[in-house]
Amino acid sequence: MAEQLFYFFIYPGLLFAGIVGGLLSWFDRKITAKVQFRKGPPLLQPFYDFLKLLLVKETILPERGSKLTFLIAPLFSLIGATLSAIFILLPLLNIDIGFEGDVIVIFYLLTIPSLFYVIGALASGNPLASVGASREIKMIISYELTFLLIFAAVIMKAGMTINLQEIIQMQAGGNAFIGSISGVLLFIAGLFCVQAKLGMVPFDIAEAETELSEGSFIEYSGTAYSIIKFTKYIMLFILPALLVGFFMAGFNWEGTGILWSVLKLLAVVLLLTLIRNTNPRLKVKQVMRFFLVGMNIMVIIAIILIYFGL
Amino acid sequence: MGIKSFCLKKSLWVFHFAGASCNNCDIEILDVLTPRYDVERFGIQLIGSPRHADVLLVSGSINQRDKPRLLEVYNQASKPVFVVAFGACGCTGGIFAEGNTFAGPLDQIVPVDAYIPGCPPKPEAILAGITKLVKTI
Repeated sequence: MAEQLFYFFIYPGLLFAGIVGGLLSWFDRKITAKVQFRKGPPLLQPFYDFLKLLLVKETILPERGSKLTFLIAPLFSLIGATLSAIFILLPLLNIDIGFEGDVIVIFYLLTIPSLFYVIGALASGNPLASVGASREIKMIISYELTFLLIFAAVIMKAGMTINLQEIIQMQAGGNAFIGSISGVLLFIAGLFCVQAKLGMVPFDIAEAETELSEGSFIEYSGTAYSIIKFTKYIMLFILPALLVGFFMAGFNWEGTGILWSVLKLLAVVLLLTLIRNTNPRLKVKQVMRFFLVGMNIMVIIAIILIYFGL
Repeated sequence: MGIKSFCLKKSLWVFHFAGASCNNCDIEILDVLTPRYDVERFGIQLIGSPRHADVLLVSGSINQRDKPRLLEVYNQASKPVFVVAFGACGCTGGIFAEGNTFAGPLDQIVPVDAYIPGCPPKPEAILAGITKLVKTI
């Protein structure tokens, strides 16, 4: 029991994932600043933001709308993110071998944060938030099928094993999935899905700052918003980590392997940041067409290639 | 100095309220986000929702139509929130101070924590004003 609680709250769950995610969030902002020839925020900036929201600011409840749902939604999104963090990081960090079928559990748990953003936004009773929520739902409809197909393709490529640990072990010894044509196609599609799940710029239609002023999160303030921030930090860590596990042979904690593991993670986040900084926001219609037509066809081509062993 | 005020100092999120502004001040506010001045170094961000705001930056003179909206935005912001009067019109009313739609200088409507005068203020003046505001926290 004590072990499970330690996994959940400290390592590799809540605290560890949040701190690494906060550092990655700083990396993201620093690279953005460098792309724009600016200097960028200091290293601990994400934690200043989080602590300020948590400790200093007052939390305002909506006058019209469901107060309880409004407050509970961020908490559930945090729980969903932490649980998926545990199931992804236990095999990746070599702590525990996981169980048969954990990939499918991870897929479902990764949907929870977005769904609870929608529920919280609808409970706030703000018209802009409900527009944001409806856009978020449209995003979920578009990218979730592609994401599921990617999971299916990775399982197929790993010889029908549905255990994350075994998928990583299949790639040991220089056989990383990204080394093949189908692997590259899947990685590109996975990168765009992760971008959409994180709500980064080409797909940030749900929290469009210019026309919806933060969209789904417009009514959140103080502690409730700090929990949402923390969830976003965790998601920024575990989704790239999942891609590293699926396509780049996971992490390795021996000797120079530590350096390579960190570089792999930073490379994925760097790609996400560069996509974010070089693209304008898409419309809802364009996002749906991009995923439902473009990305799905790409993943299906990859699945056919896997069938022929490429 | 406690951890609370330290974190607040390090991450001020700014909500920009434009009254009857001539847009010159608004352009100068965007100037301090550019590579030369880059206020994100100090953790300052422009944000879209008054619920997240730590600083309410009010530019332009406040006329009778703006006054209820300003009060609404001020009440929507989660406290503690600092109000900064920006530009000659924001500080005193400027050349509009004697007009018959003018609804009183900003500090008679909401409590003001810092004044940044100028028409429009230079980016250096804005940074100086922010520094003075941070020192009072």
